[in-house]
Amino acid sequence: MKLTGAEIFIECLKREGVKTLFALPGGVVLKIFDTLYQQKDVEVILTRHEQGAGHMAEGYAKATGKAGVCLVTSGPGMTNVITALADAYMDSVPVVCFSGQVPTSLIGNDAFQEADNIGLSRPCTKYNFLVKDVNDLAATIKEAFYIATTGRPGPVLVDIPKDVSMAKADFTYPNSVSIRGYNPTVEGNKWQIKQAAEAIMKAKKPILYVGGGVVFSGASQELLELAEMTQIPVDMTLMGLGAFPGEHPLSMGMLGMHGTYQANMAMHYSDLVIAIGARFDDRVTGKVSEFCPHAKVIHVDIDPTSIRKNIHVDIPIVGDCRTVLRELNQILRATVNGEQKDLRKPWWDQIRDWQQAHPLAYHQEKEGPIKPQQVVKRLYELTKDRDPIVATDVGQHQMWAAQYFKLAKPNRWLTSGGLGTMGFGFPAAMGAQAAFRDRLVLCIAGDGSIQMNMQEMATAVLSKLPVKIIILNNGFHGMVRQWQDLFYEGRYASSNLGTTPDFVKLAEAYGAVGLRVKKVGDLDAVLKEALATDKPVIVDVPTYPYENCYPMIPAGGCNHEMILEDPPELKMKQSGGDKVTPEDKDTVLTA
Amino acid sequence: MEHIISVTVENKFGVLSRVAGLFSGRGFNIESLSVAPTLDPSMSQMTIVTSGDERIIEQIVKQLNKLIDVIKVVDLNETEFVSRETAIIKVHTKDVDRAEALRIVDIFRANVIDSTPTTYTIEVSGDPKKIEAIINLLQPLGIKELVRTGRVAVAREPVRQAAVQAKKIARE
Repeated sequence: MKLTGAEIFIECLKREGVKTLFALPGGVVLKIFDTLYQQKDVEVILTRHEQGAGHMAEGYAKATGKAGVCLVTSGPGMTNVITALADAYMDSVPVVCFSGQVPTSLIGNDAFQEADNIGLSRPCTKYNFLVKDVNDLAATIKEAFYIATTGRPGPVLVDIPKDVSMAKADFTYPNSVSIRGYNPTVEGNKWQIKQAAEAIMKAKKPILYVGGGVVFSGASQELLELAEMTQIPVDMTLMGLGAFPGEHPLSMGMLGMHGTYQANMAMHYSDLVIAIGARFDDRVTGKVSEFCPHAKVIHVDIDPTSIRKNIHVDIPIVGDCRTVLRELNQILRATVNGEQKDLRKPWWDQIRDWQQAHPLAYHQEKEGPIKPQQVVKRLYELTKDRDPIVATDVGQHQMWAAQYFKLAKPNRWLTSGGLGTMGFGFPAAMGAQAAFRDRLVLCIAGDGSIQMNMQEMATAVLSKLPVKIIILNNGFHGMVRQWQDLFYEGRYASSNLGTTPDFVKLAEAYGAVGLRVKKVGDLDAVLKEALATDKPVIVDVPTYPYENCYPMIPAGGCNHEMILEDPPELKMKQSGGDKVTPEDKDTVLTA
Repeated sequence: MEHIISVTVENKFGVLSRVAGLFSGRGFNIESLSVAPTLDPSMSQMTIVTSGDERIIEQIVKQLNKLIDVIKVVDLNETEFVSRETAIIKVHTKDVDRAEALRIVDIFRANVIDSTPTTYTIEVSGDPKKIEAIINLLQPLGIKELVRTGRVAVAREPVRQAAVQAKKIARE
């Protein structure tokens, strides 16, 4: 029996185990939507903007480890989803995006709602396909899922012209895929792994530097074994949070521009950096020429281009993190003995000194304005037993969330790292919630970034996705203001939002629940109320507008030269000129 | 340093733009690029002349390999190779210059492939230095048009290397 292209599309999704499709219709994809309407296997979540659909697919993918799928129309539908594709590309998120295209006979004629989808998406996808013949559709979709989810994952676009979705063909779904130009290396080179093991045995000041690759390859268990067996401290990148338990004594927390003091110091002074599934991003390396000046570098990554792109690597290992770590652990299990502990005692003494010298800290007065860190900290403490999924937008609130929300497990952290996409958090949280209807999904947002995809509240209400949004509302694009305070002499060019909507009323206008924390004493009660609600909730938390995020390594700065608190002149300014408020020692909280 | 990179790719639409886009998007330099189908019509062979330090060339090779439509990448500088470029040069030839033009053609073992009372169209093939040299000599006559193919290159068969190696082993 012959099926239409639209029917083949749905059959393929079913074969790939896709249960949720984030989509927004338009002229050239009507046939597909019409066919979706008449079946029950794939749930369609109607978004309010294609960017939202793309980020939801990302959130779904990050939380489940499987490909997230979205469907958009031609022209503006495609251009709207580009940001999400670029975001997924930077953060290696497996997303398969289907876009409608004008009929093949009209391609290139500047038809209504035509865009060069392949050309537009080429630099921000791992691969893209234009399906010109319905007979190729099933095999193309199979390849798209295969490419998106294997090797270094990433977004793949499949462009389906209108006539292809309407034409009929016999349906056969291929069992396997073979692409001669695409064979990711999974097994690491055995000799190199042996070299790595030897280096680990000998190192006096080793540090594990782990990133999103550990999360995607599901190597957390192997990482835990490696770290515990060898007693090596673990630095996590922003994307790697959750790969290693945040409260584990070996965890140094996040490293990089707003990483912890001990994480960055340990990196700078180490003699062996063991990088696993991380890519030496500029937010981690700072000044490349002075990055880890004393260290030998082992780099495990499935993407050969990540190795030696920014940093010289002594022992490169191309392969899947999990496979390589298993092999490495096997060698180490046979060789590790008590000697390493003695060898590294001075290193651990040093690290504990660093930890004690400059722990993450902020100052919350009992009656004073609410500090954003306090909100994240309390949210963490109130929810950690419920194993929540946490999404963030981009900015100061993201960094505070990264610092204070100590995730215990992988696939709980949805954040936009590489591209730094404001507006990512809320739709990503919804995508995760769509995958796990019964779990607690939090979205920590800023008042600036939440407004970038606020329209998706309609989707959350309609599709019953009870995401809890906590807005750290400081009236600013906070990170921009922080840079202006530190590097632009306090000239707040376009960082003061001037007016923000009443988020409580806004939530209510959409049919969601809006709550506000009026003073720090009410914080717990309001958060608890939000957590007990089974609808989407916005908790608006007006916070101290001038709080800055520390530690901070200025862009291009060196990792051991962190700014740890507001410079004195800034403190003077923010306290209203000459008088400096006395610090109440009793209320200094650390985390 | 200049490198010649030989890239075997799928022969389908959009591949050239993926390769070109990789170079432009990452700020790599393309001096010349030539592409044509191989004996197997499902594949094309590209010869890319580029330049950069060791790290950049390593990235170029890795990034090319990462492209899904790329089947094989060889940095020819790592082996011995032969390369050729063809130029077609249209020169003005007033009466007095016609013989001179032919002499130059002769010296460079070039061919006249079209001729009119006032022009010769000359085809020359060789390494880039040879092409530069004939262009320099023809310039005084007046070059009307010039097109160059960019280089194509192929690795030498490792016969000689094998022979050298065999000798070395014999000596030891």
